Amino acid sequence: MKIVEINNLTVQYPDVKALDDVSLVVNQGDFLGIIGPNGAGKSTLFASMLGLNTKYKGKIKFFDKDIRKSKNYLKELGYVPQKPIFEKNFPVTVTDVVRMGLRKESDENKIDEILQQLWIHELRNRRIGELSGGQQQRVFIAKALVNNPKILILDEPVTGIDQQSIDLFYSILRELNSKQKITIIWSSHDLDAVNQLANHVACLNRTLFFHGESEKFFSDDKLVKQYSEASMQEHMHHH
Amino acid sequence: MSFEILTFSFMHRALISGIAIAILCSVVGLFLVLRRYSLFGDAIAHSSFGGIALGLLAGVYPLWTAYGVSIAGALIITKIKDRYNISGDASIAVLLSSGIAVGLVIIGLSGGFTIDIFSFLFGSILLVSVDDTILILSLTGIILIVILILYRQILYSTFNEEQAKVSGIPVEKINYLIVFMAGITVVTSIQLVGVLLISALFVIPNVTAIMYGKGFKQTAIISMSFSIFSVIVGILVSYVFDITPAGTIVLMAIGLLAGTMGIKSAGLLSKN
Ligand SMILES: Nc1ncnc2c1ncn2[C@@H]1O[C@H](COP(=O)(O)OP(=O)(O)O)[C@@H](O)[C@H]1O
Ligand SMILES: [Mg+2]
Repeated sequence: MKIVEINNLTVQYPDVKALDDVSLVVNQGDFLGIIGPNGAGKSTLFASMLGLNTKYKGKIKFFDKDIRKSKNYLKELGYVPQKPIFEKNFPVTVTDVVRMGLRKESDENKIDEILQQLWIHELRNRRIGELSGGQQQRVFIAKALVNNPKILILDEPVTGIDQQSIDLFYSILRELNSKQKITIIWSSHDLDAVNQLANHVACLNRTLFFHGESEKFFSDDKLVKQYSEASMQEHMHHH
Repeated sequence: MSFEILTFSFMHRALISGIAIAILCSVVGLFLVLRRYSLFGDAIAHSSFGGIALGLLAGVYPLWTAYGVSIAGALIITKIKDRYNISGDASIAVLLSSGIAVGLVIIGLSGGFTIDIFSFLFGSILLVSVDDTILILSLTGIILIVILILYRQILYSTFNEEQAKVSGIPVEKINYLIVFMAGITVVTSIQLVGVLLISALFVIPNVTAIMYGKGFKQTAIISMSFSIFSVIVGILVSYVFDITPAGTIVLMAIGLLAGTMGIKSAGLLSKN
């Protein structure tokens, strides 16, 4: 079953064309890794899919419905942003933050359940600003998951996080996808991680230059090399 | 100090209105402080000065014109700020100075200062009428109910606008609602502390409460308690020593802030 269908998506900012004619389909149960260097347009793609950027050309459909026409799809979606921004002394506990993600107040015991699942239950009464990056990230995943979403979207979720937390985080993602059948769309610039976790890969660098099963991508040395060179160039370009 | 003062009915009205305003300012103020919008209350209060002058000139009860001008001013400046991308602090400066400017021009037109204006500048809680008290209680009740119902949405869009939008919360409407409620709260509170000291009630109890390192509900309750304490003690002390209530109330709040900072630097407040 098609969950997301993107047709000819183009986003033109005043200075740059961030996305150029991107088309992509995500099916139920996919674990899609979107790889691309800094500035490739990954966050722009997500912003458009989430309704945060409405200035795009082309069409984005969730569950076969144009997102310009209906915002209902947001109910089925959990989103973990690249860098959640908040004041360091904002007076909310871990439980408070997860509760924000809850649509019905009546589902309060769902909070405890999800905190346990993500190994942050003992942190529940601590203020969010006091936690480490890895712990905060798990709180934001808990917030994204507390509504039982069908799709989870994560924008470069491991930036600035220690290796131990990353390993735990990856095992959580794997379990969500395989056991709870949550469709995951995840952007990263870590090729190895994508190789280990994802079952589909999309290579983005303003245009989409590969989309398919990850085995196809990673078994094709030419593709991998092409991608790495493009990212290297991009990297040098940026410095 | 005799307890006789507690039997005066003007004192009952002052305390009841004062407590209601204390709760209202601390709750609405918490969201403003967390939105880095601490001085917005001050700006609305100054624009209400223009509204009060207008009422005095037109012979209308000045608080009514103050409500109209302040709420309109607050909503318009918010619209302009979003539309033309003006920063929050600059928009506050614009609102604040235009309110005072309008007030001064109107006062000039009406032929000079009237004594009435002073009670609005510095508050007049001991003079609140029964009607005033009923109005204050009703507005407080309505705003608290609205906040209680929309509590999650308001908190979420204050915490992180982008994520709130993705969760389907109408963030822009919530923003305007907060501005609207701030407008009502400020004008309602003018009778307690006057135009000049409004932001003290919005900001000081909340800044103090946030230091205790608790979650949202507890922080709100601590702030409310400090606010109520400052108002009650402030009103009673000022009456006994025959000094201005507004100044005394604000000094009480500052005393609690200083005390909290003292406790904190002595390391007596644990981190969580
Ligand atoms: N809001 C914006 N306004 C203008 N340009 C933007 C905006 N957001 C991103 N860009 C530009 O678009 C390009 C793609 O950025 P982004 O989508 O953040 O890439 P990525 O997430 O892959 O690093 C970059 O050149 C970036 O500078
Ligand atoms: Mg990005």
